[in-house]
Amino acid sequence: MIKNFKKQNVWFVFTPYLWLVLFFFVPLALIFKISISVSEWGMPPYRDLFSLSENGLEINSTLGNYLFIFSDPFYIRSYLNSLSLALTSTVLCLLIGYPIAFYVAKSKTSIRNILLIMLIIPFWSSFLLRVYAWKVLLQGSGIINSILIHIGLISEPISMLHNHYAVILGVVYTYLPFMILPLYGYLVKFDLNLIDASNDLGAKPLNTFVKVILPLSLPGIVAGSMLVFIPVVGEYIIPEMLGGSDKLYFGKIIWDEFFVNRDWPIASALAMSGIVILVFPIIIFQLMYAKYNFRNE
Amino acid sequence: MNRLFFKIFTLTLGFSFLYFPILTLIAYSFNDNKRVMVWKGFSFRWYKELFHNEQILEAFYTSLKIASLSATFATVMGVMIGFSLTRISKIPARPFFIFLSSSPLVMPEIILGLSLLLFFISSNHIIGFPSSKGQLTVLISHITFSVAFVAVIIQSRLSSYDKNIEEAAQDLGTIPNMIFWKVTAPVILPAILSGWLLAFTLSLDDLVVASFTTGPGANTLPIVVFSKVRLGLSPEVNALSAIIMLIVVLAAISIYLINRSNIKK
Repeated sequence: MIKNFKKQNVWFVFTPYLWLVLFFFVPLALIFKISISVSEWGMPPYRDLFSLSENGLEINSTLGNYLFIFSDPFYIRSYLNSLSLALTSTVLCLLIGYPIAFYVAKSKTSIRNILLIMLIIPFWSSFLLRVYAWKVLLQGSGIINSILIHIGLISEPISMLHNHYAVILGVVYTYLPFMILPLYGYLVKFDLNLIDASNDLGAKPLNTFVKVILPLSLPGIVAGSMLVFIPVVGEYIIPEMLGGSDKLYFGKIIWDEFFVNRDWPIASALAMSGIVILVFPIIIFQLMYAKYNFRNE
Repeated sequence: MNRLFFKIFTLTLGFSFLYFPILTLIAYSFNDNKRVMVWKGFSFRWYKELFHNEQILEAFYTSLKIASLSATFATVMGVMIGFSLTRISKIPARPFFIFLSSSPLVMPEIILGLSLLLFFISSNHIIGFPSSKGQLTVLISHITFSVAFVAVIIQSRLSSYDKNIEEAAQDLGTIPNMIFWKVTAPVILPAILSGWLLAFTLSLDDLVVASFTTGPGANTLPIVVFSKVRLGLSPEVNALSAIIMLIVVLAAISIYLINRSNIKK
């Protein structure tokens, strides 16, 4: 630690500090305030929390928006759908991504570097365009339907777009590199002699995997799962492009509540509940995981 | 033998899954037909139309401008945060500062976008700034979520390198702010560069936050592309994807070659 950091250098701490208070904390506090306000016609479309009238100071605060959300199964289902989408796709990404990361990490150095570049290219290329690619593929007249008809599996084009399976496929496809790269980062540091040692000592391959490889790649699994789970929970683009009306997700509900219904208090209450339901569990998990690591060190 | 087969099988399947959709898109970008999926013949027609599409070109320019500005500001502040958290002991309400600099990482972008938009509208009502939504408000929003990502990269680099170097410099009488410029900054330069690059791509790729905070004259590329493909397909967007893929592949190969020559040295 630098002890006598000059007084005139306080801006080093306070520039980013102030920026984040102003543009991250205050906006969050603001949606909290709006979420407990009463909505009304006008601009802005909610009533001030405090107002002065002939009766003195009046407080127009309400929990009605929250009660409204949690008494309507429509909203509750959208939270559950988002959670289950995030869980399903994280598990699928892990199942598909792990063997790929493992074999890339185990390849010879010359091949490995080329494969690594090939993993990074989709990671860098535009997210939106990769989702769009699936929209092209899954069309009724798209290439997958043509292939299926050609090999005689189906006789008529089947509709593969606009359902929640297409959404899961799109999510797994776009977030797979986010899972593979951290997994690769841990697996590549892993000493292959440990596998030989375990085999020499008589362990079956499955045992070697469960008892040696898996525990040592756990940090990579956690990091990759976080990178998939966190953004998918609030995902808006993929359900909007590939999904249909069979399942609605949290991100889309907020979007519509704000842009279509123009109901600021409800949109804000949805966002605040989203933070409590979807984001707090992640933070608690991270704290517990940090503690677990600390104890094991 | 069996194992080698399984390895090649897994890698082939995995990489086909990653590349098949992109390659199909590129193949169809050369299709001389307005209906994207019906092959009519090879042509560069959509590339020509793309380069005459004012809307897309302007959006591309806007995106590049916002992304490079946002990455630069976010990197400067990210370095400040990383340095403060690892090197300066007296920070008022330190846990709050840690909370502020890490929670944008876990905040869903839709909530971030909504809160910033409501903030801009309210602050416009109260103090008249920002006077309207546009490039400035998108820039401020992008800086805000990128800062956290840069800060994480810088922090992990700073906490993994030997602090004794800085203390040695201090003992030798170097004044504290010189320590940063002469000792710390050169060591963390690679982290600074990768932080800038990450912030740049985050901004270039963002659709949700930009959709909330944008205004007249500030359509970024993802906003324009999204409006084109939300309801249907667009052959021009196919051509655009092919060009973006080409840029990414060239960038990836050049970084690979630079790395290789550095290792050889």
